[in-house]
This record gives sequence, structure tokens and C-alpha cells, in this order.
Amino acid sequence: MMMRKRLTALSLAAALTLPGLAMAEDYVIDTEGGHAFIQFRIPHLGYSWLYGRFNDFSGRFSYDEDTPSEANIEVTIKTASVDSNHAERDKHLRDKDFLDVSQYPEATFKSTSFTPKDDGTAVLKGDLTLRGITKPVTIAVTEIGAGQDSWGGYRRGFQGTTRFALKDFGIERNLGPASRDVEMILSIEGIRQD
Amino acid sequence: MWRNTEETYGLIAVLLHWLVAAVVIGLFALGLWMVELTYYDTWYRRAPDLHKGVGVMLLLALLLRVGWRLINPMPRPEPGPPLEQRIAVLMHALLYLLPFLVIASGYLISTADGRPLDVFGLFSIPATLTGLPSQADLAGDIHLVLAIALVSLAGVHALAALKHHFIDRDATLLRMLGRRSARS
Repeated sequence: MMMRKRLTALSLAAALTLPGLAMAEDYVIDTEGGHAFIQFRIPHLGYSWLYGRFNDFSGRFSYDEDTPSEANIEVTIKTASVDSNHAERDKHLRDKDFLDVSQYPEATFKSTSFTPKDDGTAVLKGDLTLRGITKPVTIAVTEIGAGQDSWGGYRRGFQGTTRFALKDFGIERNLGPASRDVEMILSIEGIRQD
Repeated sequence: MWRNTEETYGLIAVLLHWLVAAVVIGLFALGLWMVELTYYDTWYRRAPDLHKGVGVMLLLALLLRVGWRLINPMPRPEPGPPLEQRIAVLMHALLYLLPFLVIASGYLISTADGRPLDVFGLFSIPATLTGLPSQADLAGDIHLVLAIALVSLAGVHALAALKHHFIDRDATLLRMLGRRSARS
């Protein structure tokens, strides 16, 4: 009797102190509901910003408020879904000069580390694979918020930005001196998988 | 003089034939050249605008040509083996049909996202079919393949005309050059 009570207390304590183990905080990125955006922007001639996005992607992340440094994320992007609001330009972006989507239909990002800071921002490092070339990139992350939604789910969202040179991923096409780097603007909302 | 007769083509048919031939070859060369231009070429924007505008003009010329053919007699074919006659009929049908298909596929590239097709800033043709899965890419592939087919067939057509002129020594080519009397 005594023994059983002690075991119950022990497992209760374990459950209370190790919520991360008791409940894996895994999230699926809400692409289905359209609450996630993989966008890019690049200067046009140095006179304005051109924006575009990838419409078809999927991914998951895990994030535990008690152990945020163990957070990780994986995203797979269908490169053919590039959309810069101009059919002729998108056709060009899909061909060999740029994304070469028939050769490289997918781009992926897999995180390698997540370093939260005290002010609600964090540094996410990971490997980006684009046109078959894998290179480390660093994404500046802002935690936007998390909580219950009205439909019985739990959601968590982040915004991230990074930039890299087109050349780093084998895009040699000369767009001019102002347009060598592209910025990525990532807006991600995940639904917790309970 | 203007209209076709049983013996030869009239001036309108001759002019339309050579106009269409020149424009088709010109557009083919322009199309191949313009897709290789880089972003900072002056012609990077001008060449596609020209290609599209001239393409729409070509459509009007083709419609005129088909209409004119329908209300004119066709000259009798020069005598030849039945197989050659049948191949000639098939070739002419393809040479009439393919330009329409090439123009339609080109139109579907430029209007894939609902943008109208501008013709030299004079007027524009609204988009109709839009947003099909990978419409711009598919239409682009079809546009290129059909254009290559058209120009190749036109090359065979030209060789056949030269064969008629120099080997058969008949009036096939001369008729299309506006000669009133066929040689015999």
C-alpha cells in the first residue's frame, strides 16, 4: 500500500517536472489553411523591391517552451510553385537560368540549431538545399505568439528573415549589381499535433 | 489580275503567301533570339513586345488569307503522281493549320495569369483561358515544338517547289511568283 502510494507520487512528480517528455510539442505548418508564407524579395534594378513567394510547400517543427533550444524545423518547397505575379517571369524563373525546376523540383531546409535570446528573438541555423546545392544559412527569427485557437487547436507562429547570394546556389544569371542577393521572408504558423 | 484563276494565282494570293512566309520565318528567328537575351539588353523587353504584336498581325493576315482562298477559285494542280498530289494536299493543310496553333499557344503563354496581350500599345487582346496547371510552361513547350515543325515543313515545301521548278520543269513555283502565263 505504502509502496504503491510512493510510486504514484513519483510518477506524478515526473509528469509535472518533465512536461517535454510527457508531451512532444510537434507542430505541422498550416499550409492547408494558408497560414504560412515562404516569400522572397529582390531589388529590381536597385529602384524597387520585387516580391514573390512559393505557393506549395509543407513542413513541421517542434518547439517546447521549457527547452526552446531543442526546437527544430524541416520544410520542403516545391520549386515549380514560384509565383511573382507575372506568368512570363515565373516561366523564366522555373527554367534553367534560375530554379531549374524540372531538374530540381524540391528545395529543403533542415535546421541544425536554434538559439533563443531573451527579447523574443532567436537565431535559427540550418542547411538550405536549392538547385541540389546545400549550404548553411542563418535565419533571424521573431517569436510572434502562441495559444488556443477557436476551433479546438493550439497554434504557434514565427517570422524569419535571411538573405543569401543567388550565386551561392548556382544561379549565375546577371540581374545587375543591386540584385545579387535575395531576401527570404518566412512566416510560419504551426498547429500542434496533440 | 487580283483574283485567282483556274490557271494561276492572283496578286492578292501571291502577296499574302509571301507575306506570311516572310513573317513566319522572321518571327521564328526573333523568338529564338529573344529568349537568349539577358536582362540588361535593350531588346530584352522590346523583342518580346514586337514578337507578340507581329504575331497578332500575322493572325489577321492568316484570316484574310483563308477568307480570300474560300472566295477564289484554286488553280488546277500541275500533273504529277497521285501520291505526290496527296502529300501536297496534306502539306498545304498543315501549313495553313500550324500557324494558327503556334499563335494560339503563344497567346496562352502571355495571358496565363490573366494579363491581356498588348499589340504595340494600340489595342490589347484579353486573356481567356488562364490558370491551367503550369499553363505558361506547357504552352511554351508546345509553342516551340509547333514552331519548329512549321518552319521545317515550310522548308520541305520550299524544296518541293524547287523540285517542281528545276526537275519537273512545271509552273508550280512561277504561279506563286505572279507569272500570268504558265510555262509549258
